[in-house]
Amino acid sequence: MSAAPSLRLSGRAAIGGVPIFGPVTLEAPAGAWTCLLGPSGVGKSTVLRLLAGLGEAVTFEGEIAAGDGAPLEGRVALMAQSDLLMPWLDVTANVMLGARLRGETPREDRARAVLARVGLAEHAGKRPEALSGGQRQRVALARTLLEDRPVVLLDEPFSALDARSRARMQHLSAELLAGRTVLHVTHDAGEAARLGRHVLLMSREGLETVTPPTCAPPRRFDAPETLAFQGRLLRQLMETL
Amino acid sequence: MSRAASLLGAGLLGLAAWQALVTLGDLPRFILPGPGLVLSTLWSSRALIAEHALVTIVEVLLGLGLGAACGFASAILLAASPLARALLRPMLVFSQAVPVFALAPILTLWLGYGLGSKVAMALLIIYFPVTSAFFDALMRTPPGWLELARVMNATPARTLWRIRVPAALPGFASGLRLAAVYAPIGAIIGEWVGASRGLGYLMLLANGRAKIDLMFAALIVLAVLALCLHAAIDAACRRLLGA
Repeated sequence: MSAAPSLRLSGRAAIGGVPIFGPVTLEAPAGAWTCLLGPSGVGKSTVLRLLAGLGEAVTFEGEIAAGDGAPLEGRVALMAQSDLLMPWLDVTANVMLGARLRGETPREDRARAVLARVGLAEHAGKRPEALSGGQRQRVALARTLLEDRPVVLLDEPFSALDARSRARMQHLSAELLAGRTVLHVTHDAGEAARLGRHVLLMSREGLETVTPPTCAPPRRFDAPETLAFQGRLLRQLMETL
Repeated sequence: MSRAASLLGAGLLGLAAWQALVTLGDLPRFILPGPGLVLSTLWSSRALIAEHALVTIVEVLLGLGLGAACGFASAILLAASPLARALLRPMLVFSQAVPVFALAPILTLWLGYGLGSKVAMALLIIYFPVTSAFFDALMRTPPGWLELARVMNATPARTLWRIRVPAALPGFASGLRLAAVYAPIGAIIGEWVGASRGLGYLMLLANGRAKIDLMFAALIVLAVLALCLHAAIDAACRRLLGA
């Protein structure tokens, strides 16, 4: 992996003439986990799509840049709410999908290594339908890891999981994505309180930086400072428009 | 009741209704022969019927294979190229306005009385349903998968081959199931227009000689063949395409 750059998005966006957000300035520091928290419909996902280069439907006026000045294309990996696994491929082939799609020789040894890191070594030959929701999302994480991109964009990837799987998946992702620039869109204050090294609150008014507890994420979900911060975030979320 | 038992029951009921119609209506055997006579003709003419059935089977299978292959390739071409879509789709739709049956005499004129004109007829009749079902499925790939592929810097050709085609195989399977029903129709029409072999030819011949029992025997064999073909295609689709 090349060095992780910081991200900066500054400007306003509209879809079909309807304003989505802005003008706002969003900064995600290099090599750190930034949570973008906000209610539905304020344009969090649009921010992510613009950074991922999937914004053709969006009219964006402004600037999207990486801190090192190089283009973002080819340096971004995406994890969505849906695991986006191909049902006709087994777990290993799903993890190696990126290499196949680029015409590179897939490295099965490396695929098995990342599957072992997400704890799915014994499921390598199964089809996605044979896995639970949490396991499927771990395959998606393994696929993201194998892509080995310095910037990782997460679009509510844990929101469809049950509480236990979600907590374990949050911990695993924080551990395995450390050192990359992560921008994590979520509407869950608890998740932002656990995972965000930096937390941005997005509302119709714009962006606001909220300072999380100083201890390093992933924070314990039952630690008093995590819970207090979660409460504060939730209150601010309730008070925004 | 199990499936086999209900099928058997329905068959027996059908035969009984058929026999009742013949007996109660006092129908002469050159209008509607009874099931007993048809079955005995089926047995006594089994060599003749088998010989002609084999010809029809070859026509249907060739037409089905070629039509499915052409439909598969055309749908991929249409899905891959906007230019091909712009130019070929109106032609495809227009070609459907021409009744395929009306082409049978022309095909016989061009390709002769042999195998070629029947295979072409079966091919033509299944080409559109296969192309259309597969093409529609190719254009309906879940957008999340396509976006994932773009973020992974996939080339369009590889996205087509690795994601859009496998995701669309259930659509191809529905096209094939329709094709299994249509292909025998195409071959029989071809035989009616001009042939010297095949079940369709045998039926016309028997009709002309007032051998209505033979005609019905050939019809039953044709129906059984069509059912077997449909069941085989259905099983193959489930097994190979997972759909």
